[in-house]
Amino acid sequence: MTNYTLKQCSDMLQQRQVSAVELAQEYLQTIKQNNSQINAYTTLNPDITLEEAKAADVRLQEGSGSLLTGVPIAYKDIFCHQGWKTACSSKMLDNFIAPYTATVVQNLLDAGMVTLGRTNMDEFAMGSTTETSFHGITRNPWQLEHVPGGSSGGSAAAVAARLAPAALGSDTGGSIRQPASHCGITGLKPTYGMVSRFGMVAYASSFDQAGPMAQTAEDCALLLNHMVSFDQRDSTSLDREKENFARNLNQPLQGLTVGLPKEYINSGCDAQVQNKIQVAIELLKKQGVNIVEVSLPHTELSIPAYYVLTSAEASTNLSRYDGVRYGYRAAEFSNLDEMYSKTRSEGFGHEVQRRIMMGTYVLSHGYYDAYYLKAQKLRRLVANDFQAAFEQCDVILGPVAPTAAPKLGSDIHDPVQMYLSDIYTISVNLAGLPALSLPVGLTDAGLPVGMQLIGNYFTEAQLFNIAHQIQLNSDWHTKVPSCGTNEN
Amino acid sequence: MALTLSDVEKIARLARLQLSEEEQYHVLEELNGIFALVEKMQQVDTDGIEPMAHPHEVALRLREDVVTETDQSHLYQQCAPQVENRLYLVPKVIE
Repeated sequence: MTNYTLKQCSDMLQQRQVSAVELAQEYLQTIKQNNSQINAYTTLNPDITLEEAKAADVRLQEGSGSLLTGVPIAYKDIFCHQGWKTACSSKMLDNFIAPYTATVVQNLLDAGMVTLGRTNMDEFAMGSTTETSFHGITRNPWQLEHVPGGSSGGSAAAVAARLAPAALGSDTGGSIRQPASHCGITGLKPTYGMVSRFGMVAYASSFDQAGPMAQTAEDCALLLNHMVSFDQRDSTSLDREKENFARNLNQPLQGLTVGLPKEYINSGCDAQVQNKIQVAIELLKKQGVNIVEVSLPHTELSIPAYYVLTSAEASTNLSRYDGVRYGYRAAEFSNLDEMYSKTRSEGFGHEVQRRIMMGTYVLSHGYYDAYYLKAQKLRRLVANDFQAAFEQCDVILGPVAPTAAPKLGSDIHDPVQMYLSDIYTISVNLAGLPALSLPVGLTDAGLPVGMQLIGNYFTEAQLFNIAHQIQLNSDWHTKVPSCGTNEN
Repeated sequence: MALTLSDVEKIARLARLQLSEEEQYHVLEELNGIFALVEKMQQVDTDGIEPMAHPHEVALRLREDVVTETDQSHLYQQCAPQVENRLYLVPKVIE
Protein backbone atom coordinates (compact mmCIF):
# COMPACT_ATOMS: atom_id res chain seq x y z
CA MET A 1 0.00 0.00 0.00
CA THR A 2 1.26 3.48 -0.83
CA ASN A 3 1.48 4.47 2.83
CA TYR A 4 4.57 6.67 2.52
CA THR A 5 5.10 10.14 3.83
CA LEU A 6 6.68 12.69 1.51
CA LYS A 7 9.88 12.38 3.55
CA GLN A 8 9.87 8.59 3.14
CA CYS A 9 9.36 8.92 -0.62
CA SER A 10 12.27 11.37 -0.73
CA ASP A 11 14.53 9.06 1.30
CA MET A 12 13.67 5.99 -0.80
CA LEU A 13 14.37 7.89 -4.02
CA GLN A 14 17.58 9.49 -2.76
CA GLN A 15 18.84 6.09 -1.56
CA ARG A 16 17.78 4.55 -4.89
CA GLN A 17 15.58 1.99 -3.13
CA VAL A 18 12.94 2.79 -5.72
CA SER A 19 12.95 4.72 -8.97
CA ALA A 20 10.69 7.68 -9.66
CA VAL A 21 8.98 5.68 -12.38
CA GLU A 22 8.31 2.75 -10.06
CA LEU A 23 6.95 5.04 -7.36
CA ALA A 24 4.73 6.89 -9.82
CA GLN A 25 3.43 3.62 -11.19
CA GLU A 26 2.63 2.42 -7.69
CA TYR A 27 0.59 5.54 -6.98
CA LEU A 28 -1.12 5.45 -10.38
CA GLN A 29 -2.11 1.86 -9.69
CA THR A 30 -3.55 2.75 -6.27
CA ILE A 31 -5.42 5.67 -7.83
CA LYS A 32 -6.83 3.41 -10.52
CA GLN A 33 -8.06 0.97 -7.87
CA ASN A 34 -9.39 3.34 -5.27
CA ASN A 35 -10.12 6.79 -6.63
CA SER A 36 -13.59 5.91 -7.87
CA GLN A 37 -14.66 5.22 -4.30
CA ILE A 38 -13.95 8.77 -3.22
CA ASN A 39 -13.52 10.85 -6.40
CA ALA A 40 -10.50 12.72 -5.05
CA TYR A 41 -8.90 13.10 -8.48
CA THR A 42 -10.80 14.66 -11.36
CA THR A 43 -8.07 14.66 -14.00
CA LEU A 44 -5.31 12.16 -14.66
CA ASN A 45 -2.73 11.99 -17.45
CA PRO A 46 -0.65 8.89 -16.70
CA ASP A 47 1.53 9.42 -19.79
CA ILE A 48 2.60 12.85 -18.60
CA THR A 49 3.10 11.53 -15.07
CA LEU A 50 5.46 8.83 -16.30
CA GLU A 51 7.33 11.28 -18.58
CA GLU A 52 7.95 13.52 -15.59
CA ALA A 53 9.03 10.49 -13.54
CA LYS A 54 11.52 9.42 -16.21
CA ALA A 55 13.02 12.91 -16.27
CA ALA A 56 13.23 12.82 -12.47
CA ASP A 57 15.12 9.51 -12.62
CA VAL A 58 17.69 11.09 -14.94
CA ARG A 59 18.21 13.91 -12.47
CA LEU A 60 18.48 11.46 -9.58
CA GLN A 61 21.13 9.47 -11.51
CA GLU A 62 23.06 12.65 -12.28
CA GLY A 63 22.68 13.90 -8.75
CA SER A 64 21.28 17.15 -10.09
CA GLY A 65 17.93 17.08 -8.29
CA SER A 66 16.55 18.32 -5.00
CA LEU A 67 15.16 16.42 -2.03
CA LEU A 68 11.82 16.48 -3.80
CA THR A 69 12.98 15.09 -7.13
CA GLY A 70 10.82 12.14 -8.11
CA VAL A 71 8.37 12.66 -5.25
CA PRO A 72 4.77 12.47 -6.50
CA ILE A 73 2.25 15.22 -5.76
CA ALA A 74 -1.37 16.08 -6.58
CA TYR A 75 -2.49 19.60 -7.52
CA LYS A 76 -5.82 21.16 -6.63
CA ASP A 77 -7.69 22.00 -9.85
CA ILE A 78 -7.20 25.73 -9.17
CA PHE A 79 -3.59 25.93 -10.33
CA CYS A 80 -2.88 26.58 -13.98
CA HIS A 81 -0.64 23.85 -15.35
CA GLN A 82 0.33 24.07 -19.01
CA GLY A 83 -1.26 21.28 -21.03
CA TRP A 84 -3.61 20.18 -18.22
CA LYS A 85 -7.32 20.90 -18.01
CA THR A 86 -7.58 23.64 -15.39
CA ALA A 87 -11.26 23.74 -14.57
CA CYS A 88 -11.53 24.92 -10.95
CA SER A 89 -14.20 22.20 -10.84
CA SER A 90 -16.47 24.53 -12.82
CA LYS A 91 -18.43 24.14 -16.05
CA MET A 92 -17.10 27.61 -16.88
CA LEU A 93 -13.57 26.25 -17.34
CA ASP A 94 -14.29 22.64 -18.13
CA ASN A 95 -12.88 23.09 -21.64
CA PHE A 96 -9.88 25.18 -20.57
CA ILE A 97 -6.43 23.72 -21.14
CA ALA A 98 -4.05 26.08 -19.37
CA PRO A 99 -1.51 27.72 -21.72
CA TYR A 100 0.82 28.50 -18.84
CA THR A 101 1.84 27.18 -15.45
CA ALA A 102 1.31 28.73 -12.02
CA THR A 103 4.53 29.85 -10.35
CA VAL A 104 4.03 27.59 -7.33
CA VAL A 105 3.53 24.56 -9.59
CA GLN A 106 6.53 25.55 -11.71
CA ASN A 107 8.65 25.79 -8.55
CA LEU A 108 7.74 22.21 -7.67
CA LEU A 109 8.24 20.97 -11.24
CA ASP A 110 11.67 22.64 -11.19
CA ALA A 111 12.38 20.78 -7.94
CA GLY A 112 11.58 17.57 -9.85
CA MET A 113 8.23 16.65 -8.34
CA VAL A 114 6.02 14.33 -10.35
CA THR A 115 2.43 15.33 -11.13
CA LEU A 116 -0.01 12.56 -10.23
CA GLY A 117 -3.10 14.48 -11.29
CA ARG A 118 -5.56 17.18 -10.37
CA THR A 119 -7.91 17.05 -7.41
CA ASN A 120 -11.53 17.98 -6.86
CA MET A 121 -12.60 21.22 -5.21
CA ASP A 122 -15.62 23.37 -4.53
CA GLU A 123 -16.34 25.37 -7.69
CA PHE A 124 -13.96 28.35 -7.87
CA ALA A 125 -12.99 27.53 -4.27
CA MET A 126 -16.35 28.72 -2.99
CA GLY A 127 -17.57 26.25 -0.41
CA SER A 128 -16.55 24.14 2.57
CA THR A 129 -17.60 20.66 1.52
CA THR A 130 -16.48 20.09 -2.11
CA GLU A 131 -20.20 19.56 -2.85
CA THR A 132 -20.37 22.51 -5.25
CA SER A 133 -17.94 20.88 -7.70
CA PHE A 134 -19.04 20.48 -11.30
CA HIS A 135 -17.22 17.14 -11.27
CA GLY A 136 -19.31 15.52 -8.55
CA ILE A 137 -18.74 15.18 -4.83
CA THR A 138 -15.66 13.83 -3.13
CA ARG A 139 -16.23 11.39 -0.27
CA ASN A 140 -14.40 11.46 3.03
CA PRO A 141 -12.15 8.35 3.03
CA TRP A 142 -12.87 7.84 6.75
CA GLN A 143 -16.65 7.69 6.35
CA LEU A 144 -17.86 7.60 2.76
CA GLU A 145 -21.22 9.23 3.55
CA HIS A 146 -19.46 12.29 4.95
CA VAL A 147 -17.88 15.27 3.24
CA PRO A 148 -14.09 15.65 3.05
CA GLY A 149 -14.42 19.36 3.77
CA GLY A 150 -13.59 22.07 1.26
CA SER A 151 -12.70 23.75 -0.85
CA SER A 152 -9.51 21.63 -1.08
CA GLY A 153 -11.51 18.45 -0.37
CA GLY A 154 -10.03 16.44 -3.20
CA SER A 155 -6.46 17.18 -2.12
CA ALA A 156 -7.23 16.31 1.52
CA ALA A 157 -9.02 13.09 0.58
CA ALA A 158 -6.20 12.07 -1.78
CA VAL A 159 -3.56 12.43 0.93
CA ALA A 160 -5.74 10.76 3.59
CA ALA A 161 -6.48 7.80 1.32
CA ARG A 162 -2.79 7.59 0.46
CA LEU A 163 -3.49 8.32 -3.22
CA ALA A 164 -0.69 10.93 -3.00
CA PRO A 165 2.03 11.58 -0.40
CA ALA A 166 1.27 15.29 -0.61
CA ALA A 167 -0.96 17.76 -2.38
CA LEU A 168 -1.32 21.47 -2.97
CA GLY A 169 -4.36 23.26 -1.73
CA SER A 170 -5.47 26.86 -1.50
CA ASP A 171 -6.92 28.69 1.49
CA THR A 172 -9.08 31.80 1.38
CA GLY A 173 -11.19 31.23 4.52
CA GLY A 174 -10.00 27.82 5.71
CA SER A 175 -9.95 25.78 2.51
CA ILE A 176 -6.69 23.99 3.38
CA ARG A 177 -7.07 23.78 7.14
CA GLN A 178 -10.66 22.60 7.36
CA PRO A 179 -10.44 19.70 4.86
CA ALA A 180 -7.11 18.74 6.44
CA SER A 181 -8.95 18.59 9.77
CA HIS A 182 -11.90 16.62 8.36
CA CYS A 183 -9.59 14.12 6.65
CA GLY A 184 -7.04 13.69 9.43
CA ILE A 185 -4.02 15.21 7.69
CA THR A 186 -1.75 18.21 8.18
CA GLY A 187 -2.10 21.42 6.18
CA LEU A 188 -0.70 24.94 6.31
CA LYS A 189 -1.91 28.29 5.11
CA PRO A 190 1.27 30.39 4.85
CA THR A 191 1.55 34.09 5.68
CA TYR A 192 -0.17 36.08 2.95
CA GLY A 193 2.35 37.00 0.27
CA MET A 194 4.79 34.13 0.88
CA VAL A 195 3.58 31.97 -1.96
CA SER A 196 3.01 33.47 -5.38
CA ARG A 197 -0.57 33.65 -6.60
CA PHE A 198 0.44 33.93 -10.23
CA GLY A 199 -1.44 31.22 -12.12
CA MET A 200 -3.69 30.34 -9.19
CA VAL A 201 -7.23 31.13 -10.27
CA ALA A 202 -8.32 34.06 -8.15
CA TYR A 203 -11.23 33.95 -5.73
CA ALA A 204 -10.50 36.75 -3.23
CA SER A 205 -7.15 38.27 -4.04
CA SER A 206 -6.32 39.75 -0.64
CA PHE A 207 -7.10 36.44 1.10
CA ASP A 208 -5.99 33.59 -1.22
CA GLN A 209 -2.84 31.62 -0.42
CA ALA A 210 -1.62 28.28 -1.73
CA GLY A 211 -0.26 25.85 0.83
CA PRO A 212 1.05 22.31 1.41
CA MET A 213 -1.12 19.37 2.52
CA ALA A 214 0.53 16.14 3.66
CA GLN A 215 0.61 13.55 6.45
CA THR A 216 3.05 15.43 8.68
CA ALA A 217 4.31 18.87 9.60
CA GLU A 218 7.79 17.85 8.46
CA ASP A 219 6.42 16.95 5.03
CA CYS A 220 4.65 20.33 4.80
CA ALA A 221 7.84 22.17 5.77
CA LEU A 222 9.89 20.34 3.12
CA LEU A 223 7.26 21.18 0.52
CA LEU A 224 6.98 24.83 1.59
CA ASN A 225 10.74 25.22 1.15
CA HIS A 226 10.22 24.86 -2.58
CA MET A 227 6.85 26.57 -2.86
CA VAL A 228 7.91 29.94 -1.48
CA SER A 229 9.53 32.40 -3.87
CA PHE A 230 9.45 36.09 -4.73
CA ASP A 231 7.51 36.46 -7.95
CA GLN A 232 7.66 39.60 -10.09
CA ARG A 233 4.43 38.56 -11.75
CA ASP A 234 2.45 38.66 -8.46
CA SER A 235 2.22 42.22 -7.21
CA THR A 236 1.45 40.99 -3.69
CA SER A 237 4.43 38.64 -3.55
CA LEU A 238 6.86 39.44 -0.73
CA ASP A 239 10.60 39.67 -1.33
CA ARG A 240 12.16 37.95 1.66
CA GLU A 241 15.36 36.11 2.42
CA LYS A 242 15.19 32.43 1.64
CA GLU A 243 14.56 30.31 4.73
CA ASN A 244 14.49 26.63 5.63
CA PHE A 245 11.09 26.09 7.17
CA ALA A 246 12.23 22.76 8.64
CA ARG A 247 15.12 24.34 10.58
CA ASN A 248 13.38 24.38 13.98
CA LEU A 249 11.48 21.10 13.87
CA ASN A 250 13.46 19.61 16.73
CA GLN A 251 13.55 22.63 19.00
CA PRO A 252 12.24 21.77 22.48
CA LEU A 253 8.98 23.50 23.36
CA GLN A 254 10.01 24.27 26.95
CA GLY A 255 8.98 27.79 27.88
CA LEU A 256 6.73 28.40 24.87
CA THR A 257 3.49 30.22 25.66
CA VAL A 258 0.32 29.07 23.94
CA GLY A 259 -2.78 31.29 23.98
CA LEU A 260 -6.31 29.91 24.06
CA PRO A 261 -8.85 32.51 22.90
CA LYS A 262 -11.68 32.73 25.38
CA GLU A 263 -14.14 33.42 22.57
CA TYR A 264 -13.45 29.91 21.24
CA ILE A 265 -14.48 28.18 24.46
CA ASN A 266 -18.20 27.30 24.69
CA SER A 267 -18.65 28.75 21.23
CA GLY A 268 -20.76 26.03 19.73
CA CYS A 269 -17.85 23.66 19.38
CA ASP A 270 -18.78 19.98 19.64
CA ALA A 271 -17.74 18.32 22.93
CA GLN A 272 -15.75 15.57 21.23
CA VAL A 273 -13.77 18.16 19.25
CA GLN A 274 -13.02 20.06 22.45
CA ASN A 275 -11.97 16.86 24.25
CA LYS A 276 -9.53 15.82 21.55
CA ILE A 277 -7.97 19.27 21.56
CA GLN A 278 -7.72 19.16 25.34
CA VAL A 279 -5.71 15.91 25.10
CA ALA A 280 -3.30 17.63 22.71
CA ILE A 281 -3.02 20.59 25.09
CA GLU A 282 -2.08 18.20 27.94
CA LEU A 283 0.60 16.75 25.68
CA LEU A 284 1.99 20.24 25.13
CA LYS A 285 1.91 21.00 28.86
CA LYS A 286 4.00 17.87 29.49
CA GLN A 287 6.61 19.37 27.18
CA GLY A 288 6.84 22.48 29.30
CA VAL A 289 4.48 24.72 27.39
CA ASN A 290 2.64 27.48 29.31
CA ILE A 291 -1.05 27.88 28.55
CA VAL A 292 -2.64 31.31 28.92
CA GLU A 293 -6.03 32.72 28.07
CA VAL A 294 -6.13 35.41 25.39
CA SER A 295 -8.96 37.33 23.80
CA LEU A 296 -9.99 37.89 20.19
CA PRO A 297 -13.02 40.10 20.80
CA HIS A 298 -14.03 40.55 17.16
CA THR A 299 -14.19 36.82 16.39
CA GLU A 300 -17.93 36.76 15.63
CA LEU A 301 -17.76 39.85 13.47
CA SER A 302 -15.14 38.23 11.30
CA ILE A 303 -17.95 36.28 9.61
CA PRO A 304 -19.86 39.17 8.03
CA ALA A 305 -16.61 41.05 7.36
CA TYR A 306 -15.19 38.01 5.60
CA TYR A 307 -18.27 37.39 3.49
CA VAL A 308 -18.66 41.00 2.42
CA LEU A 309 -14.98 41.36 1.45
CA THR A 310 -14.50 38.00 -0.22
CA SER A 311 -17.75 38.17 -2.18
CA ALA A 312 -16.86 41.70 -3.31
CA GLU A 313 -13.41 40.56 -4.45
CA ALA A 314 -14.89 37.44 -6.04
CA SER A 315 -17.50 39.38 -7.98
CA THR A 316 -14.68 41.43 -9.46
CA ASN A 317 -12.39 38.46 -10.11
CA LEU A 318 -15.13 36.43 -11.77
CA SER A 319 -16.20 39.24 -14.06
CA ARG A 320 -13.53 38.02 -16.48
CA TYR A 321 -15.65 34.95 -17.31
CA ASP A 322 -17.63 36.30 -20.22
CA GLY A 323 -17.23 33.69 -22.94
CA VAL A 324 -15.02 35.98 -25.05
CA ARG A 325 -11.43 34.82 -24.70
CA TYR A 326 -11.53 31.42 -22.98
CA GLY A 327 -13.79 29.05 -21.13
CA TYR A 328 -17.44 28.25 -21.65
CA ARG A 329 -19.51 30.23 -24.12
CA ALA A 330 -23.30 29.79 -24.30
CA ALA A 331 -24.53 28.12 -27.46
CA GLU A 332 -27.43 30.48 -28.17
CA PHE A 333 -27.65 34.25 -27.79
CA SER A 334 -28.99 37.09 -29.89
CA ASN A 335 -26.61 39.86 -28.83
CA LEU A 336 -23.43 40.47 -26.83
CA ASP A 337 -25.20 41.23 -23.58
CA GLU A 338 -27.14 38.00 -23.82
CA MET A 339 -23.93 36.14 -24.60
CA TYR A 340 -22.47 37.45 -21.36
CA SER A 341 -25.46 36.70 -19.15
CA LYS A 342 -26.28 33.31 -20.66
CA THR A 343 -22.64 32.24 -20.56
CA ARG A 344 -22.35 33.22 -16.93
CA SER A 345 -25.71 31.84 -15.83
CA GLU A 346 -25.09 28.53 -17.57
CA GLY A 347 -21.39 28.29 -16.71
CA PHE A 348 -21.47 29.16 -13.01
CA GLY A 349 -23.04 26.98 -10.31
CA HIS A 350 -25.53 28.28 -7.79
CA GLU A 351 -23.13 29.04 -4.91
CA VAL A 352 -20.83 30.99 -7.21
CA GLN A 353 -23.74 33.02 -8.57
CA ARG A 354 -24.96 33.74 -5.07
CA ARG A 355 -21.54 35.08 -4.00
CA ILE A 356 -21.22 37.15 -7.16
CA MET A 357 -24.65 38.62 -6.45
CA MET A 358 -23.69 39.48 -2.88
CA GLY A 359 -20.39 41.00 -3.98
CA THR A 360 -22.05 43.04 -6.70
CA TYR A 361 -24.55 44.37 -4.19
CA VAL A 362 -22.05 45.41 -1.52
CA LEU A 363 -19.96 47.26 -4.10
CA SER A 364 -22.86 48.99 -5.78
CA HIS A 365 -23.59 52.67 -5.57
CA GLY A 366 -24.94 53.77 -2.23
CA TYR A 367 -23.88 50.67 -0.31
CA TYR A 368 -20.09 50.80 -0.59
CA ASP A 369 -19.55 52.69 2.69
CA ALA A 370 -22.04 50.74 4.75
CA TYR A 371 -20.81 47.34 3.72
CA TYR A 372 -17.46 47.20 1.96
CA LEU A 373 -15.69 50.04 3.76
CA LYS A 374 -17.19 48.97 7.10
CA ALA A 375 -15.97 45.43 6.53
CA GLN A 376 -12.46 46.72 5.79
CA LYS A 377 -12.47 48.57 9.09
CA LEU A 378 -13.57 45.40 10.87
CA ARG A 379 -10.73 43.63 9.11
CA ARG A 380 -8.32 46.07 10.75
CA LEU A 381 -9.90 45.39 14.15
CA VAL A 382 -9.56 41.63 13.67
CA ALA A 383 -5.89 42.00 12.70
CA ASN A 384 -5.32 44.27 15.72
CA ASP A 385 -6.94 41.65 18.00
CA PHE A 386 -4.31 39.12 16.94
CA GLN A 387 -1.44 41.56 17.50
CA ALA A 388 -2.70 42.26 20.99
CA ALA A 389 -3.01 38.52 21.67
CA PHE A 390 0.53 37.88 20.44
CA GLU A 391 1.77 40.25 23.14
CA GLN A 392 0.56 37.58 25.60
CA CYS A 393 1.61 34.41 23.79
CA ASP A 394 3.85 32.94 21.09
CA VAL A 395 1.15 31.04 19.27
CA ILE A 396 -2.64 30.75 19.41
CA LEU A 397 -4.33 27.35 19.61
CA GLY A 398 -7.89 26.40 18.87
CA PRO A 399 -10.28 24.22 16.88
CA VAL A 400 -10.36 24.23 13.10
CA ALA A 401 -14.08 23.46 12.78
CA PRO A 402 -16.91 23.24 15.32
CA THR A 403 -17.64 19.63 14.42
CA ALA A 404 -16.08 16.72 12.59
CA ALA A 405 -17.03 16.28 8.94
CA PRO A 406 -20.80 16.55 8.42
CA LYS A 407 -22.77 14.12 6.28
CA LEU A 408 -23.01 14.76 2.57
CA GLY A 409 -25.97 16.97 1.72
CA SER A 410 -26.47 18.17 5.28
CA ASP A 411 -25.95 21.93 5.36
CA ILE A 412 -25.71 22.94 1.75
CA HIS A 413 -29.25 24.33 1.94
CA ASP A 414 -28.55 26.70 4.80
CA PRO A 415 -25.83 29.13 3.70
CA VAL A 416 -25.84 30.92 7.05
CA GLN A 417 -25.11 27.63 8.86
CA MET A 418 -22.32 26.89 6.41
CA TYR A 419 -20.77 30.30 6.95
CA LEU A 420 -20.94 30.02 10.76
CA SER A 421 -18.91 26.82 10.67
CA ASP A 422 -15.97 28.81 9.25
CA ILE A 423 -15.64 30.88 12.42
CA TYR A 424 -12.26 29.53 13.55
CA THR A 425 -10.52 29.83 10.23
CA ILE A 426 -11.64 33.02 8.48
CA SER A 427 -10.17 35.58 10.89
CA VAL A 428 -6.74 34.19 10.06
CA ASN A 429 -7.25 35.08 6.39
CA LEU A 430 -8.58 38.51 7.32
CA ALA A 431 -5.35 39.18 9.19
CA GLY A 432 -3.12 37.36 6.65
CA LEU A 433 -1.46 35.25 9.36
CA PRO A 434 0.02 31.76 8.96
CA ALA A 435 -1.94 28.85 10.44
CA LEU A 436 -1.55 25.09 10.54
CA SER A 437 -4.08 22.32 11.03
CA LEU A 438 -2.98 18.94 12.42
CA PRO A 439 -4.92 15.79 13.36
CA VAL A 440 -5.54 15.15 17.06
CA GLY A 441 -7.63 11.98 17.01
CA LEU A 442 -10.93 10.49 15.90
CA THR A 443 -14.45 10.98 17.23
CA ASP A 444 -16.52 8.00 18.41
CA ALA A 445 -18.00 7.92 14.92
CA GLY A 446 -14.51 7.45 13.48
CA LEU A 447 -14.13 10.92 12.01
CA PRO A 448 -10.92 12.95 12.33
CA VAL A 449 -10.62 16.05 14.50
CA GLY A 450 -8.09 18.74 13.71
CA MET A 451 -6.46 21.39 15.85
CA GLN A 452 -5.29 24.78 14.65
CA LEU A 453 -2.10 26.64 15.49
CA ILE A 454 -2.05 30.32 14.50
CA GLY A 455 1.25 32.18 14.44
CA ASN A 456 2.27 35.78 13.95
CA TYR A 457 3.43 36.82 10.50
CA PHE A 458 6.34 34.77 9.12
CA THR A 459 6.43 32.25 12.00
CA GLU A 460 5.86 29.15 9.86
CA ALA A 461 9.02 27.50 11.22
CA GLN A 462 7.62 27.76 14.75
CA LEU A 463 4.26 26.32 13.73
CA PHE A 464 6.01 23.35 12.12
CA ASN A 465 8.15 22.95 15.26
CA ILE A 466 5.15 22.71 17.58
CA ALA A 467 3.23 20.38 15.28
CA HIS A 468 6.30 18.18 14.75
CA GLN A 469 6.84 17.81 18.50
CA ILE A 470 3.19 16.81 18.90
CA GLN A 471 3.59 14.29 16.08
CA LEU A 472 6.76 12.85 17.61
CA ASN A 473 4.81 12.18 20.80
CA SER A 474 1.54 10.88 19.37
CA ASP A 475 0.34 8.73 16.48
CA TRP A 476 -2.86 10.46 15.31
CA HIS A 477 -1.19 11.52 12.06
CA THR A 478 -0.24 7.93 11.24
CA LYS A 479 -3.79 6.62 11.17
CA VAL A 480 -5.09 5.51 7.79
CA PRO A 481 -8.79 5.25 6.93
CA SER A 482 -9.92 1.78 5.92
CA CYS A 483 -12.88 2.43 3.67
CA GLY A 484 -11.33 4.75 1.13
CA THR A 485 -8.17 2.71 0.86
CA ASN A 486 -9.20 -0.89 0.27
CA GLU A 487 -6.27 -3.09 -0.43
CA ASN A 488 -6.64 -5.83 -3.01
CA MET B 1 -32.75 46.18 5.49
CA ALA B 2 -34.46 43.54 3.40
CA LEU B 3 -33.86 43.27 -0.29
CA THR B 4 -36.77 43.24 -2.73
CA LEU B 5 -37.22 41.32 -5.93
CA SER B 6 -36.47 44.43 -7.95
CA ASP B 7 -33.14 44.78 -6.07
CA VAL B 8 -32.31 41.23 -7.07
CA GLU B 9 -33.14 42.01 -10.70
CA LYS B 10 -30.89 45.08 -10.64
CA ILE B 11 -28.00 43.21 -9.06
CA ALA B 12 -28.34 40.38 -11.57
CA ARG B 13 -28.24 42.91 -14.39
CA LEU B 14 -25.03 44.46 -13.00
CA ALA B 15 -23.46 41.03 -12.55
CA ARG B 16 -24.53 39.93 -16.04
CA LEU B 17 -26.41 36.98 -14.61
CA GLN B 18 -29.75 35.80 -15.90
CA LEU B 19 -31.95 34.34 -13.18
CA SER B 20 -35.41 32.83 -13.67
CA GLU B 21 -38.18 34.26 -11.49
CA GLU B 22 -38.06 31.19 -9.27
CA GLU B 23 -34.29 31.53 -8.90
CA GLN B 24 -34.71 35.23 -8.13
CA TYR B 25 -37.03 34.43 -5.20
CA HIS B 26 -34.57 31.81 -3.99
CA VAL B 27 -31.63 34.23 -4.17
CA LEU B 28 -33.73 36.94 -2.48
CA GLU B 29 -34.36 34.64 0.47
CA GLU B 30 -30.73 33.55 0.67
CA LEU B 31 -29.34 37.08 0.41
CA ASN B 32 -31.72 38.36 3.08
CA GLY B 33 -30.62 35.53 5.35
CA ILE B 34 -26.99 36.47 4.91
CA PHE B 35 -27.66 40.15 5.38
CA ALA B 36 -29.03 39.55 8.84
CA LEU B 37 -25.44 38.52 9.66
CA VAL B 38 -24.09 41.58 7.92
CA GLU B 39 -26.31 43.93 9.92
CA LYS B 40 -24.28 42.95 13.01
CA MET B 41 -21.35 44.84 11.51
CA GLN B 42 -23.21 48.11 11.98
CA GLN B 43 -23.28 47.57 15.75
CA VAL B 44 -19.52 48.07 16.01
CA ASP B 45 -18.05 51.54 16.44
CA THR B 46 -15.35 51.95 13.81
CA ASP B 47 -14.80 55.69 14.02
CA GLY B 48 -11.18 56.53 13.38
CA ILE B 49 -10.30 52.97 12.31
CA GLU B 50 -8.18 52.81 9.18
CA PRO B 51 -9.69 50.42 6.61
CA MET B 52 -7.49 47.42 5.86
CA ALA B 53 -7.42 46.48 2.20
CA HIS B 54 -4.56 44.08 2.44
CA PRO B 55 -2.59 42.18 5.14
CA HIS B 56 0.72 43.96 4.61
CA GLU B 57 1.79 47.57 4.42
CA VAL B 58 3.37 47.24 1.01
CA ALA B 59 3.04 49.59 -1.91
CA LEU B 60 2.60 48.47 -5.48
CA ARG B 61 6.01 47.67 -6.95
CA LEU B 62 7.20 49.71 -9.94
CA ARG B 63 9.47 48.38 -12.61
CA GLU B 64 11.59 49.67 -15.48
CA ASP B 65 9.61 50.79 -18.52
CA VAL B 66 11.04 48.20 -20.87
CA VAL B 67 9.37 45.48 -22.86
CA THR B 68 9.81 42.11 -21.17
CA GLU B 69 6.91 40.06 -22.53
CA THR B 70 6.95 38.35 -25.91
CA ASP B 71 4.04 37.88 -28.30
CA GLN B 72 2.34 34.63 -27.31
CA SER B 73 -1.01 35.30 -28.95
CA HIS B 74 -0.91 32.03 -30.83
CA LEU B 75 -0.47 30.05 -27.60
CA TYR B 76 -2.98 32.06 -25.59
CA GLN B 77 -5.64 32.07 -28.29
CA GLN B 78 -5.68 28.32 -28.67
CA CYS B 79 -8.35 28.15 -25.98
CA ALA B 80 -10.54 30.90 -27.44
CA PRO B 81 -14.13 30.11 -28.46
CA GLN B 82 -13.88 32.02 -31.76
CA VAL B 83 -10.81 33.70 -33.17
CA GLU B 84 -9.97 35.13 -36.59
CA ASN B 85 -6.79 37.01 -37.54
CA ARG B 86 -5.85 37.25 -33.86
CA LEU B 87 -9.18 38.94 -33.12
CA TYR B 88 -11.73 37.49 -30.71
CA LEU B 89 -15.13 37.18 -32.41
CA VAL B 90 -18.28 38.30 -30.58
CA PRO B 91 -21.78 39.35 -31.65
CA LYS B 92 -22.04 42.81 -33.19
CA VAL B 93 -21.78 45.54 -30.55
CA ILE B 94 -22.66 48.66 -32.51
CA GLU B 95 -25.89 48.62 -34.46
